[in-house]
Amino acid sequence: MNTPTTSKADKADQAAQPAQPPQPTQAGPARKPPHPLPGILRTGARRAAFEIRGYFRAGDTVFFTFLFPVMMLVIFSAAFSSQGNIGTAADGSGGVSIATYYMTGMLAAGMLLSGTQGLGIDIAVEKSEGTLARLGASPLSPVSYFIGKFGQVLVTGTVQAALILLVARFAFGVELPSEPGRWLTFAWVFLLGTAVAALLGVALSAVPRTGKSATAVVLPPVLILQFISGVYLQFSMLPEWLQNIASVFPLRWMAQGMRAAFLPEVFATAEPAGEWGLGLVCAVLVGWLIAGVALSALTFRWSRRS
Amino acid sequence: MAVSAFRWCRRQWVARNTGVMTISPGPDGPAITLAGITKRYGTRPVVSDVSLAIPAGETFALLGPNGAGKSTTVGMLTGTVRPSAGHTSVLGTDPLRATRAWKSRVGVVRQKTGEPGPYTVAELVGHFAALYPNPRSPEEVIAAVGLGSHAGSRVGKLSGGQQRRVDVALGIIGSPEVLFLDEPTTGFDPAARHQFWGLIESLQAEGTTILLTTHYLEEAARLAHRAGVIAGGELVAVDTIDGLGGPEARTPVVSWRDEGGVRRRARTHAPSAFVAELLAETGGEPAELTVVRPTLEDIYLDLIAEGADADADTDADADTDTDAAAAGTNTTNTNTNTNTTTTTTNTTTTNTAAHPTATRAEEPAA
Repeated sequence: MNTPTTSKADKADQAAQPAQPPQPTQAGPARKPPHPLPGILRTGARRAAFEIRGYFRAGDTVFFTFLFPVMMLVIFSAAFSSQGNIGTAADGSGGVSIATYYMTGMLAAGMLLSGTQGLGIDIAVEKSEGTLARLGASPLSPVSYFIGKFGQVLVTGTVQAALILLVARFAFGVELPSEPGRWLTFAWVFLLGTAVAALLGVALSAVPRTGKSATAVVLPPVLILQFISGVYLQFSMLPEWLQNIASVFPLRWMAQGMRAAFLPEVFATAEPAGEWGLGLVCAVLVGWLIAGVALSALTFRWSRRS
Repeated sequence: MAVSAFRWCRRQWVARNTGVMTISPGPDGPAITLAGITKRYGTRPVVSDVSLAIPAGETFALLGPNGAGKSTTVGMLTGTVRPSAGHTSVLGTDPLRATRAWKSRVGVVRQKTGEPGPYTVAELVGHFAALYPNPRSPEEVIAAVGLGSHAGSRVGKLSGGQQRRVDVALGIIGSPEVLFLDEPTTGFDPAARHQFWGLIESLQAEGTTILLTTHYLEEAARLAHRAGVIAGGELVAVDTIDGLGGPEARTPVVSWRDEGGVRRRARTHAPSAFVAELLAETGGEPAELTVVRPTLEDIYLDLIAEGADADADTDADADTDTDAAAAGTNTTNTNTNTNTTTTTTNTTTTNTAAHPTATRAEEPAA
């Protein structure tokens, strides 16, 4: 293209004169031959890299979404460290440290924060600030956009989980399992849970009318779910009716899956069903995954079309 | 299904009755078509029955006061606003059915654009370039909008006018065939505006079809082949810049203060003869004498005053501005028409209602 740096526009005297517009012409220089649109997956990967770069530049999201579960782990573990182990047998054997127990809760909370809270607020703000409308006017595929968002959640969520595990291991001496089977359990619960949480974030982002109300809309359900799903409070200590309510939502199952991965077998008896119930965990999360895809597909719009 | 079938039928009906094809217009058809489009919010019409065809390669300026319906019209052409009635077509496609391929050929600079996020100019423009099949060089576009020395700065740290230039860069990065510019130069300093004009001229030379809304009439005059004036949601005039308002709109205005100190104005095609007559009559130099050919701005203000149903506020504005223009230095006198034609100078009345009288019909100005 011609850069206008040397154009007549630079001459101020041109301004005062009424314009003599050029005649419309069909015969401009030949346009470049049409290229195919950029690939959806490649563009999605590019979006993910772009989103991740932006994520870590926004100090407030790094603090409240990314580091929050790590901080909660530190605070709870330090605050209750004098109370000794939990789940010990009558003879004083078994049981795990408070840090071990909270580590599983914070891993579940991290998925919900990175996925639901992070994306829910992020997309709602992008919508209200016009970022989405601008992207919607470009040939970006919504699929690429979501690959970017989910890629960002997956990467930041993985780093967050690694950070939680590292802090638990090295700051609080939590013993991490050595059996590959437990890590496999962690992996699928983490991937499935993160996907569900991210989809719920997309669905929730459709609710706020403005960017300002995004936090007010997204935060309460996320916070309430954490309290009733066994993240901050031991799930087995909650009354049955509250357990039943929590069981409708995915966080309870994400937390249960994390306990199955990191707590000794004896803790399975403390679960409502008296067992880890990983089959049910998987079923509920897959159900929410399907519901999340459907909700997101129904509610997502580049902009509110008036 | 029933609803969309009904919409389809209505579109066909509208198309037949306005002579506009909904099918691809072919290589020589208009790049942008509006056929009887109306947009109502509730019962309030924001845009009323606007029809317009913009051929490929043309730059069309849409002029009008705040709230006249310019942005709503642009929204209906870019697929963000659904018309209540009528049909629009851009590059042969209904914008409501925009595909990715269509979007890659259409550039949009909205009046209100998004927060830039925590990215630098180069990152943002480079990222958008990667979304298009035929992008321009990001470096060249950044230089063309005058941000070459700010390429490494965070967009959020730039001034409002500089951020607006980023908006323009993102609108043209994909080498669009059709470009919508909704008040693109808001917040530009004069140097930036001139640079922007040069940029648009280079796009015109490439054959880009451009729909521009602006409040800067010199911008429209400089860039546009044709202009339309929209007021109260209605398209009140469409013409070339030179033809806007009709031939009588540019009749020179002679203005002076008479012996009684009353400001007088007269429209005449023979201002020099008129002044000579005036000189003979008063026997001395008329006080504060000016001969002014109405500017585009005067004509525009007349047009929107007509369109706004003689709204009291608008009238006051129009008169004030016309007086200001009359006090200017633009004293052209090239008309050789010997028939002295005068009309009233009240800006609320119709310019085209010429009264061919032999004598001057002076009256006190507002």
